[in-house]
Amino acid sequence: MHLALFIVFGAFCVAGALNLLLQRHPINSALSLIVVMSSLAVLYLLLGAEFLAIAQVIVYSGAIMVLFTFVIMLLNAGREERTRGSRMAYIAGFPGAASLISILTFMFLSRRGSFAQATFGGFWVTTNDLSRVLFRNLLLPFEVTSVLILVAILGAVALARKEH
Amino acid sequence: METSFSTFFLISLVKVIVVVVILLTAVAYTVLLERKVVGRIQNRWGPSRVGPFGLLQPLADGLKLFLKEDLIPEAVYRPLYVIAPTIALACALLSISMVPFGADIRWRGVDLFQISDINIGLLVILGITSIGVYGIALSGWASNNKYSLLGSLRASAQVISYELALGLSLVGVVMRAGSFRLRDIVNVQATHGLLSWNFFGGFQFVAFFIYLMAAYAETNRTPFDLPEAESELTAGYHTEYSSMKFAMFFMAEYANMITVGCVATLLFFGGWSSPFGHLFDGVATGIVARAVLPLFWFVLKVFLFLFLYIWVRGTLPRFRYDQLMGFGWKFLVPVAIANIIVTSLWMGLLLPVR
Repeated sequence: MHLALFIVFGAFCVAGALNLLLQRHPINSALSLIVVMSSLAVLYLLLGAEFLAIAQVIVYSGAIMVLFTFVIMLLNAGREERTRGSRMAYIAGFPGAASLISILTFMFLSRRGSFAQATFGGFWVTTNDLSRVLFRNLLLPFEVTSVLILVAILGAVALARKEH
Repeated sequence: METSFSTFFLISLVKVIVVVVILLTAVAYTVLLERKVVGRIQNRWGPSRVGPFGLLQPLADGLKLFLKEDLIPEAVYRPLYVIAPTIALACALLSISMVPFGADIRWRGVDLFQISDINIGLLVILGITSIGVYGIALSGWASNNKYSLLGSLRASAQVISYELALGLSLVGVVMRAGSFRLRDIVNVQATHGLLSWNFFGGFQFVAFFIYLMAAYAETNRTPFDLPEAESELTAGYHTEYSSMKFAMFFMAEYANMITVGCVATLLFFGGWSSPFGHLFDGVATGIVARAVLPLFWFVLKVFLFLFLYIWVRGTLPRFRYDQLMGFGWKFLVPVAIANIIVTSLWMGLLLPVR
């Protein structure tokens, strides 16, 4: 059951990602990104991270992607033009991507022993466990991260502010 | 008792069918209730010709919408134009699956009054609501019409803004229950009847009013119905829709209203628990009474919420757009945060440590 769900939603994820690159209209690309994010949430759920899964849906598919589509609709961006692309992309891109994939595959295969612990639905991290870790053991990093986000918000406001 | 997969699947299937049929009927009759009540508020009768007291009016309306011609304008972006009402209706129907309607009564190990009982039920409802906005946003954009686009832009901005206040207002309730599971949240409130409901005994009335206002904005109802303000935008995002596609938006709106009523009942008014607590538990002890009484309380509470929705619609005028944004960001969100702080102080200082 878990394996079947993994295959289905993994396929959705890959198909959405490919569709994101191939579509010419920005709004179709944005919608494929939503499919990718939501399928990722299901994969998290399969690995037992229930809170992470639903946070992924609420934050990414629900809030951030709504802003994306909002901007696309507001700017009324048209179809993108198909160009030949820069030569650098061909020279550096394909070998780069190929080497990255081979390195990742090599790492995963050679370290199979330490990855084998992760099983579908084997263990279940409840929201209680997660919050206990976040607010007791890792309180300082957690709070520092929120300060970082606050700084980012202030920076955005400062940049967007109109000069008088 | 261990439940085999096939029994679980069959019972779940029956539950889903029953809930969807009841929900859609409830939607149809909420529309009738709205027309009747708003009619009485405006000193007229409302529908009264079809059937006794106009009770068959929803059937006639449904038939009319089915038989109407399904117009698709030339300039629309077809794939999204077709899929948008489906998203809206699907999300509206999905979120009801987390709602527990009655007491935890099991048959062959399967919960009879809830479709799926999961640890993060409350968050899933929020997540599905946040996906539901795509139905409105895409419909407006795909219609290729200025009014539709403006309506859907308003709707997206409004829903994103009020989602924050909505989520923050629920934190106090979750802190009190210590769980996102809706059954746990109700069980915390079921101990002393009325006195232990979150609204009264839990001192969450501020949170309740924030939730109520944010939820009205989320479902695009008066006084926050700017996305479909007919005096400014003809009909907003569904201007270009006709026949069943229009009906799907319509059903989604009313199904969302019902879900909001269910969630408000569960979180603040003790769900299916009786307002008298366990005082009259000895009166009716049969299995049927134990199954039906909670259902009765739940339906009654949800009905009162729907009535409140309609009453507000008949009473209040519409906000102006800048007022709407100012109200959401500068009033509701700070008050919701203050409510969280006060609730946590109260729980930390006055209640015994659990």
